[in-house]
Amino acid sequence: MAQKKFVVGCFDDENVLFPAVKQVRSAGYKIKDVYTPFPVHGLDHALGMRETSLHTAGFIYGITGTTTAVSAISWIFTKDWPLNIGGKPHFALPAWVPIIFELTVLFAAVGMVLTFCYLCQLAPGVKKHHFHKRATDDLFVMVIECSDKTNTSDLQALLKSNGAIETNVQEAEEGWWFGTYDNDELPATA
Amino acid sequence: MHIKYESQLREPLVYGEKTFHQVTEDILRPIESKPSRLWYVGFFISVCLLMFGVYSVYREVTYGIGQWNLNKTIGWGWDITNFVWWVGIGHAGTLISAILLLFRQGWRTGVNRAAEAMTIFAVMCAGQFPIFHMGRVWLAFFIMPYPNSRGPLWVNFNSPLLWDVFAISTYFTVSLLFWYSGLIPDLATVRDRAFTKLRKKLYGITAFGWTGSTKHWQRHESLSLVLAGLSTPLVLSVHTIVSFDFATSVIPGWHTTIFPPYFVAGAIFSGFAMVQTLMLVVRKVFGLQDYITVGHIEMMNKVIVLTGSIVGIAYLTELFMGWYSQNKYEGYTFWYSRAYLFSPYGWSYWGMMACNVLSPQIFWSKKMRRNLFVTFFMSIIVNIGMWFERFVIIVTSLYRDYLPSSWSVYYSPSIYEIGFYMGTFGLFFTCFFLFAKYFPVIAVAEIKYVLKRSGESYKTGMEKLEAQPLDNFIHDNAHH
Repeated sequence: MAQKKFVVGCFDDENVLFPAVKQVRSAGYKIKDVYTPFPVHGLDHALGMRETSLHTAGFIYGITGTTTAVSAISWIFTKDWPLNIGGKPHFALPAWVPIIFELTVLFAAVGMVLTFCYLCQLAPGVKKHHFHKRATDDLFVMVIECSDKTNTSDLQALLKSNGAIETNVQEAEEGWWFGTYDNDELPATA
Repeated sequence: MHIKYESQLREPLVYGEKTFHQVTEDILRPIESKPSRLWYVGFFISVCLLMFGVYSVYREVTYGIGQWNLNKTIGWGWDITNFVWWVGIGHAGTLISAILLLFRQGWRTGVNRAAEAMTIFAVMCAGQFPIFHMGRVWLAFFIMPYPNSRGPLWVNFNSPLLWDVFAISTYFTVSLLFWYSGLIPDLATVRDRAFTKLRKKLYGITAFGWTGSTKHWQRHESLSLVLAGLSTPLVLSVHTIVSFDFATSVIPGWHTTIFPPYFVAGAIFSGFAMVQTLMLVVRKVFGLQDYITVGHIEMMNKVIVLTGSIVGIAYLTELFMGWYSQNKYEGYTFWYSRAYLFSPYGWSYWGMMACNVLSPQIFWSKKMRRNLFVTFFMSIIVNIGMWFERFVIIVTSLYRDYLPSSWSVYYSPSIYEIGFYMGTFGLFFTCFFLFAKYFPVIAVAEIKYVLKRSGESYKTGMEKLEAQPLDNFIHDNAHH
């Protein structure tokens, strides 16, 4: 896998981070990502990310669960092995509502979590490059992708002047995962 | 739009001068230091109980269900009582994490992680009872619907007992996913602070390679919200379906339409009581009083007094219907077998009334809600009361049914029935002790998320903001 060069700037306050993101982007640099210890609301928009469509996937999985339950139970009770239970109808939809509901929820939840793990490249034992150890503790770590023309010292100075408490240059491997969704290019300028 | 401001009238959710790093330090301290002697003692006792439970189950599996004192009339006794009791306890976790997330209740962040863990362990305990009640437990897989060599003979999809299989297993799976997906970022925090190779490796595996990327957080938020939306009807459905096990039968005392809401309220009631028991111990032992504050305890006591009163209304409604229906079997069950103090099981009914309906009324007083000793004592009382409730429902309805010739003699459990119950306590607390030692008991990332709005030191800084003119205030404190 190709090695790439990144400039890393660490911030310790999200109120400093937001203007810095704006400055870096309007200066024409490409922010690869910002690593934060907790979800910072509005940061995805500030970075120009599109909304996630994970919930749509969840809806589709849910509907799949509903269909599976309805078709399986009705096939079993009307075609495969019709049971005479006190002369009641074989197609007893109201009595199936609980199981139909449970399977809807089960399919949606399991499907969404698996999709989430797939999209975010999460799995037991996966190792990724960590730009800063404290990104899961108390630092907001902005990572900017360098091209051949990028002057790293200029960029570091820009970050510093925007309140970064620590800057450095790192080389890291790009992702190795199957999907490409995660490598969606973020727009360079705001 | 997200407002970074919270009124000072609201109690802070985090006490003291805290930075993000301090939050990490405080919450991860139990994981990163050697457990206290108290932990070892508690863990040892739990494992002993678990071993006794394993032996009791071994007796039951080897010699058959006759090891228990159930009989032809009282076919469900301690086992199903314990099942419903544990499932009920298992409702608080998902209620706290799902319903309170949808209602935007910030205080859930202090208690949700431990409550979710409690839910999972309680459901694990609950599942044991119906499985071993089957008698020939090695045939337990017969409850799974799959094309088989027995006909193919299918399970009965119209039976509430099968609905239960689906409800409990779905509930367990979804709770586990919800809990673990929330844990991933916190496990990454533990991983990045690991000081031994083994820790780094193990937490590295369990953290799934989480980095904290903005895109991942965005998806994580979406996932949490949808899982909460799914879990909310799920948590209500599970105890509804458990109540169907009774309500769809024609046994007097079970055959009532009030059961689903009454069971759900009771489940939340007992679940919150168990959360209180555990939280009061956890905050004390791990020194987490700044995160699980008296305010949190008070909130949960409010839920307890509300749900306890709902349960109380349900009891009274049942008694009224026992008379109003003019059905003599109903009347006999409610007014003789239950409400008459000197009937064989009258003591359990009045025990239930005293523990569940009368004593929680103490929480109308704010002073009592904020008193930790009273809360701890009451949390135990409530769970005893809720055990009585299930015992009352099951045993007093069964022991004298329509035909006096099949009325049962007085039922008391055998040592192995009690042992099985004790064993699930062992399982529950063994799991909880391990969880408390190896996992963050409070959601670290979520505390950091609410810290700057609801932390005590940040709230005091908001006085200046409140003095500003409204337009400036909105401009400064809201962004899209």
